[in-house]
Amino acid sequence: MSKPEVDAGDSVHRGNPVVVDRYTAAARVNHWITAISLVLLALSGLALFTPSLYFLTGLFGGGSTTRMLHPWIGVVLFLSFSGLFFRFFRLNLWERTDSIWLSRLRDVLAGDEHKLPEVGKYNAGQKMVFWSMSLFILVLITSGVVIWDQYFANYFTVEQKRIAVLVHSGTAIVAICVWIVHVYAAIWVRGTIGAMTRGKVTGGWAWRHHRKWLKDLVTTKH
Amino acid sequence: MFTPVPNPTTKPIPAKFGEQDLIRRSASSVTPPAKRQTEVAKLIDVSKCIGCKACQVACLEWNNLTEEVGVNVGVYDNPHDLTENTWTLMRYTEYENAESGNLEWLIRKDGCMHCEDPGCLKACPAPGAIVQYSNGIVDFVHDKCIGCGYCIKGCPFNIPRISKADSKAYKCTLCVDRVAVGQGPACQKACPTQAIVFGTKDEMKQWADHRIKDLKSRGFTNAGLYDPPGVGGTHVMYVLQHADKPQIYAGLANNPSISPIVEVWKGVSKYVGLAAIGAFAAFGFLHHAVAGANRVTEEDEKNAERLTEGKS
Repeated sequence: MSKPEVDAGDSVHRGNPVVVDRYTAAARVNHWITAISLVLLALSGLALFTPSLYFLTGLFGGGSTTRMLHPWIGVVLFLSFSGLFFRFFRLNLWERTDSIWLSRLRDVLAGDEHKLPEVGKYNAGQKMVFWSMSLFILVLITSGVVIWDQYFANYFTVEQKRIAVLVHSGTAIVAICVWIVHVYAAIWVRGTIGAMTRGKVTGGWAWRHHRKWLKDLVTTKH
Repeated sequence: MFTPVPNPTTKPIPAKFGEQDLIRRSASSVTPPAKRQTEVAKLIDVSKCIGCKACQVACLEWNNLTEEVGVNVGVYDNPHDLTENTWTLMRYTEYENAESGNLEWLIRKDGCMHCEDPGCLKACPAPGAIVQYSNGIVDFVHDKCIGCGYCIKGCPFNIPRISKADSKAYKCTLCVDRVAVGQGPACQKACPTQAIVFGTKDEMKQWADHRIKDLKSRGFTNAGLYDPPGVGGTHVMYVLQHADKPQIYAGLANNPSISPIVEVWKGVSKYVGLAAIGAFAAFGFLHHAVAGANRVTEEDEKNAERLTEGKS
């Protein structure tokens, strides 16, 4: 049998329904700081990206304030996401069954999860969101520093800044698309959002979507 | 002698152009005026420049700017680069002409070229922070500037500078306030050798032709006008002794144009980007409408109970 796919804070409580602890309070706080910063970054970034959304600068107190705040929120996101990264990366490591799961995306989208391999704490889709976001945020903070003229104007050439600003906006667009997938999946798969609000899911949810994780929990924590 | 712009009346007169004459406005669209004003231009004849820096001083004076006292590192350039206060800068190059065996002192007055296709304006995300008048003048509107520095990335000549004091971008205005009341720019007014002349763009081209003929007759066979077509021409032009090698004039761009990176960033990426975001959102709505919510069933809950009971 493969190693149990559970985190330290995960546990099962018997009852009707069965309740499963999925995220600790610290992980949830960490997640929501990241989430709020990401939304603020998307709004302020899109405002500076296209004139049709420039009005969004009004949310941040005008154009200059938006320009000043955006990079600092980026720093918050980077630090906060780094926290999530170290919390979650172990159970997001890719496994052979993930490739099988991914190759049957049609069944995933149809909700026919009984046709798929049993999933640990994270399925292949969640793992892809995790790793792509990790990569994108690294690219965004790096390219962001290059175009943060208030403090780093003299460290880079104009040509480097041109490349950085294109990379930054392109990566941000893809990251926003991944974010949409992430949010949609949480809404579509009912019972998921409780994992990040109260930290708990029902046993049925775990059985349906992350059966290997539930089984591992039952064997290791009882 | 080029007939200088005459001294105007000291009585207040209405501005000859304004908001209604904008042909471009950053991050927004304008209805172009029915009639375009005569294009103006400043012609800088490098061959006539004596490097006195009167233009630099006049620029500071007229625009009420003060430059910090700098450090002498053994070159004539002072300050060392354009700054938020130094909108025009004499750049000195000692050029050894291999053909004639002469040492030539090339002195180029650097500053905004007032491109017909301004990269700064294209890159600017703040509506109305950069404007272009129909006479060709490109100006920054500071109360709308947000200090992002995108104009610096858009500019093919590396001209705008962000002020450390108020985080806004500054550059030569072509003395838009003087031109509006019929005067020439302050630098032109101050130039003691008429190396800087100002007038309509056509007049300036004619004057340049005359100057180029003169230079050619003196052995500068490659003398020519610098009015780069890559940016649609400029409203600040140079007469160069060696127009075939603009780069020897302290790195003047050879055939400049707006960087293709900036064109992609400010062009196709906006449409593709917003379309991609829209497509992902639309997929979500469609999928939910077609597939419905993915709900946990009673049986799932029972299975979970059985699993936990069985194992305990």
